[in-house]
Amino acid sequence: MKLMPCPVNGLRPVSEFVYGGEYRVMPDPDQASDVQWADYVFNRTSLPGIKREWWYHQPSGTWFIAERDVQADVVHRTYLPGEGPAT
Amino acid sequence: MTRLPRQPDEWIDRTQPLEFEFEGRSFSGFRGDTIVSALCAADVRLLGRSFKYHRPRGVLSAANHDINALVDDGRSLNVRADVTPLAAGMQLAPVNVFGTLAQDSASRIDRFSRFLPVGFYYKAFHRPKWAFPRWERAIRNLSGLGRIDTDAPRVRTPNRHAFCDVLVIGGGPSGMSAALAAAKAGAKVILAEENARLGGSLTYAIGAATNIRDTLAQFTREIGGHANIEVMTGTFASGIYTDRYVTLIDATKMTKVRAGAVTVATGVMEQPAVFRNNDLPGIMLGSAAQRLIHRYAVQPMRTAVVLAANTEGYAAALDLHWAGVSIAAIVDPRIEPERSDAADALATLKIPVLQRCVIREAVADAEGLGVSGVVVCNLSGREQPDLATRRTIACDGVAMSVGFAPANGLLHQAGARMRFDERIQQFVPEELAPRVFAAGRVNGVYELTDRLRDGERAAARALRELGIGSPNVEAARLVPPRCPTHPFPIVEHPDGKNFVDFDEDLTVQDFFNAVQEGFDSSELLKRYTTVGMGPSQGKHSNMNALRILARARNLSMAELGTTTSRPFIHPVPLSHLGGRGFTPVRLTPLHGRHERAGAVLMHAGVWLRPEYYAREGKNRSQCITEEVMAVRRGVGIIDVGTLGKIEVSGPDACKLLERVYTGRFDNLKVGMTRYAVMLDESGVVIDDGVVARLSEEHFYFTTTTTGAAAVYRELQRWIAQWKLNCGIVNLTGAMAAINLAGPRSREVLAKATTLNLDGAAFPYLGAREGMVAGVRARVLRVGFVGELGYEIHVPADRALHLWDTLMAAGAEAGIAPFGVEAQRLLRLEKAHIIIGQDTDGLTTPQEAGLDWALKMDKPFFVGQRSLRAMSSRKLKQRLAGFALPPEYTGPAPKECHLVIRGGDIAGRVTSVAYSPSLSRVIGLAMLPPELAVPDSTFQIRIDGGTMIEAQTVAVPFYDPRGERQRANLVELQTRKSSKEAS
Repeated sequence: MKLMPCPVNGLRPVSEFVYGGEYRVMPDPDQASDVQWADYVFNRTSLPGIKREWWYHQPSGTWFIAERDVQADVVHRTYLPGEGPAT
Repeated sequence: MTRLPRQPDEWIDRTQPLEFEFEGRSFSGFRGDTIVSALCAADVRLLGRSFKYHRPRGVLSAANHDINALVDDGRSLNVRADVTPLAAGMQLAPVNVFGTLAQDSASRIDRFSRFLPVGFYYKAFHRPKWAFPRWERAIRNLSGLGRIDTDAPRVRTPNRHAFCDVLVIGGGPSGMSAALAAAKAGAKVILAEENARLGGSLTYAIGAATNIRDTLAQFTREIGGHANIEVMTGTFASGIYTDRYVTLIDATKMTKVRAGAVTVATGVMEQPAVFRNNDLPGIMLGSAAQRLIHRYAVQPMRTAVVLAANTEGYAAALDLHWAGVSIAAIVDPRIEPERSDAADALATLKIPVLQRCVIREAVADAEGLGVSGVVVCNLSGREQPDLATRRTIACDGVAMSVGFAPANGLLHQAGARMRFDERIQQFVPEELAPRVFAAGRVNGVYELTDRLRDGERAAARALRELGIGSPNVEAARLVPPRCPTHPFPIVEHPDGKNFVDFDEDLTVQDFFNAVQEGFDSSELLKRYTTVGMGPSQGKHSNMNALRILARARNLSMAELGTTTSRPFIHPVPLSHLGGRGFTPVRLTPLHGRHERAGAVLMHAGVWLRPEYYAREGKNRSQCITEEVMAVRRGVGIIDVGTLGKIEVSGPDACKLLERVYTGRFDNLKVGMTRYAVMLDESGVVIDDGVVARLSEEHFYFTTTTTGAAAVYRELQRWIAQWKLNCGIVNLTGAMAAINLAGPRSREVLAKATTLNLDGAAFPYLGAREGMVAGVRARVLRVGFVGELGYEIHVPADRALHLWDTLMAAGAEAGIAPFGVEAQRLLRLEKAHIIIGQDTDGLTTPQEAGLDWALKMDKPFFVGQRSLRAMSSRKLKQRLAGFALPPEYTGPAPKECHLVIRGGDIAGRVTSVAYSPSLSRVIGLAMLPPELAVPDSTFQIRIDGGTMIEAQTVAVPFYDPRGERQRANLVELQTRKSSKEAS
C-alpha cells in the first residue's frame, strides 16, 4: 500500500486518503463559452507526466494538492491550496 | 526409503508419533515431519499423478514446488504435501487420480501424448462443431486439481498488521546475518522464514562442511536471544507492494508488514536436469534428497546415481553416502573435474566419477512406477551424447544437482532490473527499488563466508538509508569463483518424455514446436505452452524453458529476458485473503430500542436502519400499512439520526451555502428552514437537505443519509479553494435526530417541551432551539411525510432519553414507531423525491421537477453554468406521478421496471407502492416530456414481460395543497369534525 505525504499529518497510508481528481482552475462562468465550459467540466488529460491533483486526508479533513508523476506513481510534493507555487 | 537413525539436527520429534491415513492406508510419522517425509519414511515413493498425462510422480524438490504431490485433507484443497506439516488423524487423498495412485485409469492418456501436443486444445476438436461441447466436457472432467466442497465451513482468518525498520525475507545464512547485523545496530527487525526452522541451506546442504552446524547453532542462539528481532517461521512473503508493504502468509493468518527497508534473502531454487523419463518417482533434486536426510532422517534411496554439475552436487553425494546410500556413480557433464572438499572425500571413498558424461534417459522399473536404472553416455565435442558409449547403471534413485534459479520474484515485483551474469549463469539484480536490498544467493553470492558478508552489506545499506547507526558499507557484490549452474542441463531424445515443466507436463519438443509455430518470445512461449502457468509458477521450469528458447533462436539469455513476476509467490488460501470479513456498519444510538421493538433491519448506506417493525401475526405489508396509517391518523415516530448533519458558521457561512446550493439563503430569516438542492459541476442533482438559519452567521443543515460524508468533504474543498472565512463541523455522529409526525404530533411534543408550539409562534418550516425532554434541542418543522411534523435534533448521548420521553408522552395518542419503508411510502404519497432513487447520475433538476428550487438569477452556484448551457436544449425526460386504476389487482410494477412505447424503452419506474391512504398503486416514473403531463396513459413492462397500463396523475397524490403539514391543530380538528358531519 502506498504512503502519501499529507502536508499536515506527514506520511500516512493511502487508504486514509480520498483522491479528488485533477486540480483545475475554473474558468469565469460568465466569460467562458459553452465549449470552454464543457471542456472544463468533462475533459481530463490522461497524458503521463507530473500532474497536480486534489487529495483529501479523511481522518483530519485536510484537502491538499499533490504533484504526482502519474506514470511512475511517485508523489514529488504536497501542499495546502494556496500555499504552493502559482496556485 | 526408510527412516534413518537419529540425525544431528533432525526436525522430527521421535517422542511424538502421529497416526494418519493416505489413500485409506494407515501410516505413522512424527511431529516435525511433512506429509511427504512421513510417507517417504514408510517407503511410499509414488505420491501423485501428473496433470496432463497422469504419469506417476514422487518427490522432486521437497521445497514447495512439488505440484504432483498435492493432497486433499477433506477440508483444504491442493495441500502441498512436500511442505505441509503432518498432523495427527489426517485423512489424505491424492488429487487428480481416477482410481488409485498405483492404478490410475487416466494414465493411458500418456500413451496418446503424441497426439496431444502443446496447444492441442486450440487446434483439435473444433470440427464437427456439434462435437466440441462433448470434447470440452470430457477435457474439463479430466483436468483440474481437487474438488471443492461447497459445504465446507467458513474459516475466519485474522489479519495482523506489523511494522519494522528492516524486514528480512528468508532465514538462510545471508538473511540471518542481515537480520542480526541490523538488530545489533538498533533497528527493529522482522525475520520471515518459509520453513519450520531458521537456517536455510545450513540445515541440509552439509557434505564435507560439518562445521556449518556450529555456524547455524550460533546464529540461532544469537537471533533467538535478540530483543530487536521477531522471528516468524513457517511464513513466506507472498508479495511486495508499493512503499515496502509486504504480505506475510503463515498457516493461520496474513500479516501485513510496513517496513522501512526490505532485505530479500530468498536464496535460489535448485533446477531439474532434463532427460527422458526424468520424472520417474525416485528421481529428485540433490537438495530434496539432502532435506529428506538431514531434516527428517529419511533415506531417500538405496542405490543412487548422482548427476552433478556443481560443488553442491558433490556435497549431496557425500550426504547420501553418509546416509547409507550406495552411490553407483557420479555423472558429471563438465570438462574440468570438480575440486572441493566433498570431491576429495568421495575420491577417498572410491566412488566412481563419470566425467564428461550425461544421463540420456532413466529406465522405469517393471511396474512403471519407479526408476530401475539410468542410461549414461559420454558427451561428444558438440555437447551431444555419444550413443556408442551408452551403458545402463542400475539404481533406484537419482539425485540431480545441475544448477539453480534465483528466487527473485519479490525483487521483480518491487521493480528491480535484472542482468544475466554469464559467469554464474544466473539473473542477478542490476538495479534495485528504493530501500529494497538483495543478499546471498539470490544476489549471486555463493560461498558461505561471502553470503554472511553479503547479508551484513545489505543490512548496512538499509541502515544507512534509514539513518540508524553509522554503518560501514562495502560497495561490491562478491562474485563466486565458480559457476554453480550448468548452462544447458538438457538432453534431447527422439522419444521425448524429457520433462521441463512438471506442473503442465511439457517436454523439450513442445518448446521447439511452439517456437516453430512462431511463439518465440518469452511471453508468447509462456502463454502458448503454458510453461510456468501451473501451480508452481515456473519455479522449476522457467529457466530451462528460456534456455531452450535461447538455443532455438540462437540468442543469449541476456537478450531474451524473463517473463513478469507477479504476486503471489506461493498460492495463498482464499480464506487468508478474505480475512475476517470486516464490513463495518453504523448504528444510531437508538438501535437497541429498535431491536426491542421488533425492527427488521436494512442497510442504508453505511447504516443499519429499521425497515419496519414486525408485529405478531402480521406480515410485512400489513405492518408497513399500519405504520403509515398511524402517521396519517395519529402520530408516528422515526429515528432519522442517519441524516447527514452539518453546521457552518462564520462571516462567509451564507456565501458558502449560496454557492453550493441552488436556492437563496441570504434572504432566509433567522429561525426558518429552507429545502436545499446540491448539483455537481455538470448540473446533475447529487444531494438535498434542509438548511436552518440559527443566527445571521450560523447555519445547521441536513444531507441525505448516503451523501453525508461526500457532501461534507466537498464543502471543505470549496471552502479551501474559495478561501472562505467560515468553519464547518460534521455533526452526523454527534447529533441524533427523531422525527415526530402526524396530526397529533404537536399534542405529544407539547407534553415534553417548553417551546411554544402554537402555529403562529412556530410555523411550518420554522426552526427553534429550546428544551425538549429537558435536553437542549434543535427542532425543525418539516413536512417530508406530508403531515404536521417536528424533527428534533439532540446530542447523540441524549437520544435514548428523548425517545423514551416521546414514547411515554405519545402513549395515550397511540404513538407508533415507523421504519424506512413506511417513510418512503408516506413521502411517495407527497411525491417528495429521494435523490439517488428517483434521480440517477445524469438527472438534472428540471428532469426531477425541481425547477422551483433553482435560483438562476443568483450570481453563481455550482452547476449553474452547465444548466445555462443546457437551457436551450429540449428536455429529454421528466419525473411524473402515475397511478394504476383503483380496481387493478394484478401484480404491481417494481422500481426500475421499464416504460415501453412502440416497442422501445421510453422511461422507467423510479418509485412505486400501494398507497393505503389512496387505496391504489401509485408511483413516480421518468417519462418523455410529452407523456409527463397529467392524464396521459403509458405501458409498463413488469416481471414476466406482461404489459400493464398506467396513467399519469398530478402530484402530490395526497393532500395536494399541503394543508396537513402546514396545519395547526385547531384547523385540522375543525375540518375533521365538519367532514364527519357531512
